[in-house]
Amino acid sequence: MGRSSTHQHDVLIIGGGGAGLRAAIAIAQENPDLSVACVSKVYPMRSHTVAAEGGAAAVIKPNDSFENHIYDTVSGSDWLGDQDAIELFVKEAPKELIQLEHWGCPWNREADGSVSVRPFGGMGTERTWFASDKTGFHMLHSLFQTTLKYDNITRYDEHFASKLLVDDGRCCGCAAIELRTGQMRAILGKAIIMCTGGAGRVFPFTTNGAIKNGDGMSMAYREGVALKDMEFIQYHPTGLPGTGILITEASRGEGGILVNKHGYRYLQDYDLGQPLDIHDPEHPRKRTMELGPRDKLSQVFIKEMQKGNTIDSKYGPVVHLDLRHLGEAKINKNLPFVRELAKNYAGIDPVYEPIPVRPVLHYFMGGIDTDLDGATSLRGLYAAGECACVSINGANRLGSNSLTELLVFGARAGASAARFAMDNPDFNVASLEAQAEDESKRIRRDYIETGTTPGTSSGDGGSERIATLRNEMHEAMEGGTGIFRDEKSLTDTCQKIAELRDRFKIVRIDDHTNSFNTDLTAALELGFMLDVAEAIAHSALERKESRGSHQRLDFTNRDDENYLKHSLAFWQDDDAPPRIEYKPVTITKWPPGKRTYGKGSGLTKQENETT
Amino acid sequence: MPDEKTITLEIFRYHPESDAGPRFQSYDVPYNEDWVVLDAINWIKDTVDGTLTYRWSCRMGVCGSCGMMINDEPKLSCAVFLKEYYPNPIKVEPLVNFPVERDLVIDMDGFMEKLQSIKPYIIRDDVNDTSQGEYKQSPAELAHYKQYTMCINCMLCYSACPVVGSEPDFLGPAALALGHRYNKDSRDQGFDQRMEKMMEHEAVWGCTFVGECSVVCPKNVDPAGAIQQAKASAAQEYFKGFIMPRGAGK
Ligand SMILES: Cc1cc2nc3c(=O)[nH]c(=O)nc-3n(C[C@H](O)[C@H](O)[C@H](O)COP(=O)(O)OP(=O)(O)OC[C@H]3O[C@@H](n4cnc5c(N)ncnc54)[C@H](O)[C@@H]3O)c2cc1C
Ligand code: SF4
Ligand code: FES
Repeated sequence: MGRSSTHQHDVLIIGGGGAGLRAAIAIAQENPDLSVACVSKVYPMRSHTVAAEGGAAAVIKPNDSFENHIYDTVSGSDWLGDQDAIELFVKEAPKELIQLEHWGCPWNREADGSVSVRPFGGMGTERTWFASDKTGFHMLHSLFQTTLKYDNITRYDEHFASKLLVDDGRCCGCAAIELRTGQMRAILGKAIIMCTGGAGRVFPFTTNGAIKNGDGMSMAYREGVALKDMEFIQYHPTGLPGTGILITEASRGEGGILVNKHGYRYLQDYDLGQPLDIHDPEHPRKRTMELGPRDKLSQVFIKEMQKGNTIDSKYGPVVHLDLRHLGEAKINKNLPFVRELAKNYAGIDPVYEPIPVRPVLHYFMGGIDTDLDGATSLRGLYAAGECACVSINGANRLGSNSLTELLVFGARAGASAARFAMDNPDFNVASLEAQAEDESKRIRRDYIETGTTPGTSSGDGGSERIATLRNEMHEAMEGGTGIFRDEKSLTDTCQKIAELRDRFKIVRIDDHTNSFNTDLTAALELGFMLDVAEAIAHSALERKESRGSHQRLDFTNRDDENYLKHSLAFWQDDDAPPRIEYKPVTITKWPPGKRTYGKGSGLTKQENETT
Repeated sequence: MPDEKTITLEIFRYHPESDAGPRFQSYDVPYNEDWVVLDAINWIKDTVDGTLTYRWSCRMGVCGSCGMMINDEPKLSCAVFLKEYYPNPIKVEPLVNFPVERDLVIDMDGFMEKLQSIKPYIIRDDVNDTSQGEYKQSPAELAHYKQYTMCINCMLCYSACPVVGSEPDFLGPAALALGHRYNKDSRDQGFDQRMEKMMEHEAVWGCTFVGECSVVCPKNVDPAGAIQQAKASAAQEYFKGFIMPRGAGK
């Protein structure tokens, strides 16, 4: 860890995934005079947006309407999404996806040259744009390649942000380690946008890549910004056992079915509608059966398991995702990556055999509390993408809304941050540099030089291995904050995480050098994850109802009277649990109703009348 | 666990702060037939040696981070299984034809500059407003360039290419294939701007269609095919007088 150097820009974006790159282009294009910095701990095209498969939702076809997309999203969120945010999101979505088209994204096409759309879970109309089953990959590369056109974007690739720099109540930069040299840099901006993605790696079995550790959530949280709705965590119903690699919902959108050990389409037993024959031209019917929402499908899996209807595999119970009736040609055209992944990682060719799948931790509905412009409660700090919570996803995100969300709110956060930067040009560089210097010293002292934190109960000699603490965190989170929760499981998890946070103070790393020290970054990531884990567990403990992805065995009903509210977790200090507060959900035109699936369409006439 | 099966990984180590030159370190790893090489490397890092340094993220063959030489062949370490080598030891080295930063981490600055230099983005004189809707593109027009969009920037082809090895400035298979991808996109009008760069180096003309790049490519991008096609269009343009391939005439 060398001495720190200072780099100044107008807007600093932390994160080079879909959200960060969209924000960067929004600023660079509109304000060629502004200098934009993009800090990313991996090269941008390695960001986990690259792994998104199924598609991105936006109303584009004549059989669809904004109203329908809004209603699907509101009901999908179990009424916890803010309706002003959802309405804005739905209306800006088509523009953003067309913009991506203009930037070269190879969307699948119809014979007339217009873009193709496919059905997706919880969506009453087919509106999910796709680039075969590598939509996130193509979006990310299109965005990244487009950024290369702008001279006013400076990239700090492989720079690991470890702390926000805040002076006089305003966020003006981050301390970041240049991995190659180990040098600490103070990267300053007049406005900062956090785009660091989700935190799936808090859990052991996840679709998320190694880099998704909640870094930005923790950094903002530690500066006093609330983490909102952290108890809402999405399990995707179809992950590959063992690795957790995702088999996209698009495979069900294309007509794949889920069956239990009796070959029975068990979803019909759980209020998700009646199955159509797989050869029926109407199959798959929207908002029905396999195209139900993810929270319900994952919960149903557990119930089937309890009934003894799942199939035993080396990696625990599974059900079968059967695509065989789609035929080789359709699989190759629209789901080639699914075929490749199933062959490579499950040893199964879906053209000939059903794919074993089980629910897998996938997505964070919660995150850094922002308003519609991406602004947080900390002046100068904005957030967008999966690390942020606006909230359009509420208690359950609909598949394919997230890729669109990161474009819509990435662009908006970019525009607002640019305005803020122009209106607030001056900040105190010396104070920020001093903070970066302190951060550099902290990291040297706690990790590089001794590997221990002096002054803790265990003293200088203590030592904990990163992997040991991480494994125990995984176990606690899976055990206590999984698909079904109760007071006991959550209390145990809260206690365990508190214990791990304490033991983390004496974590010892093996690597005491500077250059590309990934042992150090793994330790810092573990620290971020423990913060996020604690926010999840406490938010979940306090929410005494069941809604969307948060299902309490001891409070099984939705309780709008007490909990039609966003939870806010505030960081207190290194030894205390977060403080949980609440704020109201914005309801505009769609009063809370019953979430119904299985009628085949989203906004049926009948529901329209009752809302 | 005495009767547990193990497999040996011989891993290239180099630390710029302390090592005069590279060395190999041998690790015995529990053998699990479902593991990819990356799983074994992660096991080493987590349990026995936190100093081992390498890149990875998605572990599903799509982020392009984890390319390594595995028994002398460029591979994605997350897509190659221990069982393909067991019970023999596996030699793991950084991708060749790149400077090494540390252990299995190579310096990719040059690669990033090459990518940027071919202007890999849509270039048009008349940019439509999004309110005018999408540019129409038929499935056939999409099929024209789709294969060349599949590149994950893993750089395995750079390790396989003999020309990259002998001429480090050569733009290389992935960058040329990406340039070709935009040239073939019906929405793009940047052919002239791009070709000037793509064809400037004699190595393009020197590419003898060895085709090793296409053999090792994990995503079937076929960069060799792209280069051949690009050369053909460049030659056409040359005769039309558009392009001056500096190395071509020599
Ligand atoms: C397997 C999979 C499939 C999915 N499929 C779909 C789909 O079909 N449709 C859909 O809508 N959604 C899908 N999602 C969800 C969606 O892809 C993600 O929510 C979204 O891509 C997140 O984008 P992001 O830009 O917020 O973050 P990411 O793409 O994760 O990027 C985060 C960025 O932050 C940087 N970063 C993080 N920490 C630091 C730090 N400390 N210092 C510096 N930089 C840092 C990283 O380097 C990276 O550049 C899927 C998710 C997964 C995991
Ligand atoms: S062309 Fe193939 S081998 Fe080369 S970088 Fe791209 S994906 Fe990798
Ligand atoms: S880890 Fe992403 S390609 Fe191997």
